[in-house]
Amino acid sequence: MVATVVTDVVSTSRAVVRGASAAKAGTSARWAWLWSLGQAIGPILLALLVSAALLLALGKNPLTFYRDIVSQGLFNKGGIQDTAIRMAPLLLMASGLIVAFRANIWNIGGDGQFLLAAALVAGAGPPLIGALPNALAFVILCVTAVVVGGGWTVVPAYLKARYGLNEIITSLMMTFVGVNFANLLIKGPFRSTTTQVPQTDVIPFKELLPRIPGTRIHVGLVLALIAVFAVHYVMTRTAFGLKLRVLGANPRAAAHAGLSIPRLTIVGFMLSGAFMGLAAAVEVLGVWGYVRADWNPNFGLPLFALVFLARLNALAVIPLVGFYAVISMGGHFAARQAALPDDFMLMIVGLILLFMTLTEYLAGRSERGGYLSAGLKKALGKGGGDE
Amino acid sequence: MTNGTPTHIETMTSDLLQADGVRAGATAGPIGPAVEVREVSKAFPGVVANDRVSLAFHHGEVHCVLGENGAGKSTLMNILSGMYKPDSGAVMVEGREVTIDSPRRAIELGIGTVYQHPTLIPVFTVLENLMLGEGVGVRLDVEGGLRALDRFAKTLGLEVDPHAPASRLALGQQQQIEIIKALWSGSKVLILDEPTSMLTPQGIEELEKVISQLRDEGLAVIFITHKLHEALDLGDTVSILRGGRVVGSWGPDVVKTKSRSEMQALIVGAMFGEGAGSLEDVAEVRDGVTGRARRRGLPNEPVLELVKVSVEALRGEVGVHEVDLTLRRGEILGVAGVDGNGQRELAEVIAGQRSMVGGDIRLCGESIARAGVGRRQSLGLRYVTDDRIGEGTVGTLSVGLNLVLKRIGEEPFWRGGRIREEAIDQAACDLVEGFDIRTPGTETRCGTLSGGNLQKVVLARELSFDPKVVVYNKPTYGLDLKTTLAVRDRIRDLAESAGVAALLISTDLEEILDLSDRIAVLFRGRITGIVDNAPGVERHVGELMLGGDRGD
Repeated sequence: MVATVVTDVVSTSRAVVRGASAAKAGTSARWAWLWSLGQAIGPILLALLVSAALLLALGKNPLTFYRDIVSQGLFNKGGIQDTAIRMAPLLLMASGLIVAFRANIWNIGGDGQFLLAAALVAGAGPPLIGALPNALAFVILCVTAVVVGGGWTVVPAYLKARYGLNEIITSLMMTFVGVNFANLLIKGPFRSTTTQVPQTDVIPFKELLPRIPGTRIHVGLVLALIAVFAVHYVMTRTAFGLKLRVLGANPRAAAHAGLSIPRLTIVGFMLSGAFMGLAAAVEVLGVWGYVRADWNPNFGLPLFALVFLARLNALAVIPLVGFYAVISMGGHFAARQAALPDDFMLMIVGLILLFMTLTEYLAGRSERGGYLSAGLKKALGKGGGDE
Repeated sequence: MTNGTPTHIETMTSDLLQADGVRAGATAGPIGPAVEVREVSKAFPGVVANDRVSLAFHHGEVHCVLGENGAGKSTLMNILSGMYKPDSGAVMVEGREVTIDSPRRAIELGIGTVYQHPTLIPVFTVLENLMLGEGVGVRLDVEGGLRALDRFAKTLGLEVDPHAPASRLALGQQQQIEIIKALWSGSKVLILDEPTSMLTPQGIEELEKVISQLRDEGLAVIFITHKLHEALDLGDTVSILRGGRVVGSWGPDVVKTKSRSEMQALIVGAMFGEGAGSLEDVAEVRDGVTGRARRRGLPNEPVLELVKVSVEALRGEVGVHEVDLTLRRGEILGVAGVDGNGQRELAEVIAGQRSMVGGDIRLCGESIARAGVGRRQSLGLRYVTDDRIGEGTVGTLSVGLNLVLKRIGEEPFWRGGRIREEAIDQAACDLVEGFDIRTPGTETRCGTLSGGNLQKVVLARELSFDPKVVVYNKPTYGLDLKTTLAVRDRIRDLAESAGVAALLISTDLEEILDLSDRIAVLFRGRITGIVDNAPGVERHVGELMLGGDRGD
């Protein structure tokens, strides 16, 4: 977040044209970052406040609850490592969402792309790791996951690019197919012969992704952080990223400027799916070593809220994903302590989404610009807010 | 509630019909203004949009509020229609001070507004659109609605099909429905925001009839415009806004007694301040423009040739049918026609944004029929779109990036796919200066610029980097006078001094007469004639515009 703020200020201060009023640009830049920060944190604080009220109503002490979350997720030595480990797939998926959403592509099917890639990695992993040097096996498995994740978007991408079919529907449908196909693989060809419950063979713990020395955190987190920075660089500094942004902000302007919309749509969609696949590879090879049938961590939905809170800025996503990882890892502990169901954490995410919508509305009224680009807004049919 | 609705409409309509009483009252004097604003101020970050504005709008009067873009007209209108709350000052309706805190409240107070852009729901029928805001009844009272609509149509002298879907109506008809909609719940005050900007000459004529009718019925009509001749044609009272202040206001006593040219001098003086005398020479201000003579001695060097170009008609369009046009180096070829006769289709097929179903397009002798938008662009064929917000610019990107929007990834602004901000900034600064784009900086978001400055951004982009042929589609549409003149000068200069050929597609006949060497007329997607521009040619062009005289 701080890094974005700094770049924002730098780029705005560079803005002053010869002979134009420098003072005005300066002041608005000084306050713009504060507004963005408030826009990102405000909904979270409000959601925590309302949840606190609910906890009180349920007869629980919200302070204890939140303290449990923070102490377990952040200040406990094992807890913070769990948090960091959880961040790896989330950051990769967030990168995938940002690429797509920036280009006005609603890739709703992230969970399907993720699970299908996970199933293939878990299925092909044990024999490959047994037969090849680990490093080579990891590379092959990651590439496989990238290809599977990206490949699973081809149908919605092509239908959108060629016929203008709504990808929200098609990618969601592909998720149903993908999730069930993944289960079919796990219960069928990839099924382990050694276990009772249907699942794949297990990669031994020692053969999983290498750890960062002195911790339990696997190198997938490093990979994820590199991916986030790469996405940020590509979206802000390269011609390809700008083309995707133009497509997202105003598809008609993209056509007018002579950009190849079908090609951009397909490439952007596949890139997004590729990140989902990579997230799956990292999670399976770094944490689990196998996939059980009907396993679905449902990482996608909360991430939607986070990437919009970050206003589709890849760097700003890092602290938000970190925060969410704390909540979700610490939340399990806190919920258990308070004798609440795990779903209570989902409710907090839901509340964040709700308050985001409110902030978005207020932002539209104050002409500050909200979380969504104009193109996305149009796609959602929200309309208003713009001049 | 369902039963209550028609009675309500009936009372209101009978008010409309029994206008004599109101009119008598209005002319007799003692009745106060229908709406009055007193010392109203409204500021937005960085700009005072309305600065102690005081104006009174009377029954039975058309009050034209005239001003350039950004003069504060729309802000004033939005205050009256309940969209904005004034920072200070009072709004009086029928002599009582009121707070208009929502559009609903404005309607309750009898203030109806017709916005510049259509707000009808396309898939609903006319009647459904009109009855949208009605009551809380479970069932639509179709009978009552039909009766009410019939009365409105008779009063205003309009023909309305209540069951036609709104999308099927021409823009002029849609606007008529918008007017009826604004009056539907009994408005005594009608605000029209730049109502002619979307209309054809015929549409404007019909609108003027409707407005006179409404005035005679005793309504207070507030007519917001930036076109001087409209204020002269229609206004009983004319008020001028400039920089958020009222800089001139003349009631019927002055407007009716002064001659047109005297009024014009008064208004031009108020609108543009000292030294505005030279502006009176200009087409927009002058009454009745005639063609300038075709320039002789242009090199006979065709740069753009259209050979039997045809375009399929999409929904609601007429398409383009076997159009032949030849544009020579340095020539300005005007394409005249009533709006919706294939202008956009023609422009887009030349730019490459639409596919041809037949024919060929040649640029400097070489066919570009198979070239895409980007290729045509780099060959020197440029397209100044008529939709500068919708497709011409990306509002969320900076002015600088918008200026190089069609060169993404190209040297010198990108190298190896990576952006070179200094190069873009340098070029953008030069263009901002050269095209007089008023922006706080090149990093400013483009969407915050005014319409005139957006158009300058589009022009700067299209006319730089070695253009050969430029297709202008309604290049001055919706612009204020000064910008309009600047844009026309630029089109002319570029053609005359740099030899850049221009295909000037415009629905503003004055503009075409003022700039063109030859004039082609587009009617239902076909060229009905091509004539040399000359004084007195406008009658002939007018006939062609209505489809006649194909043999020319």
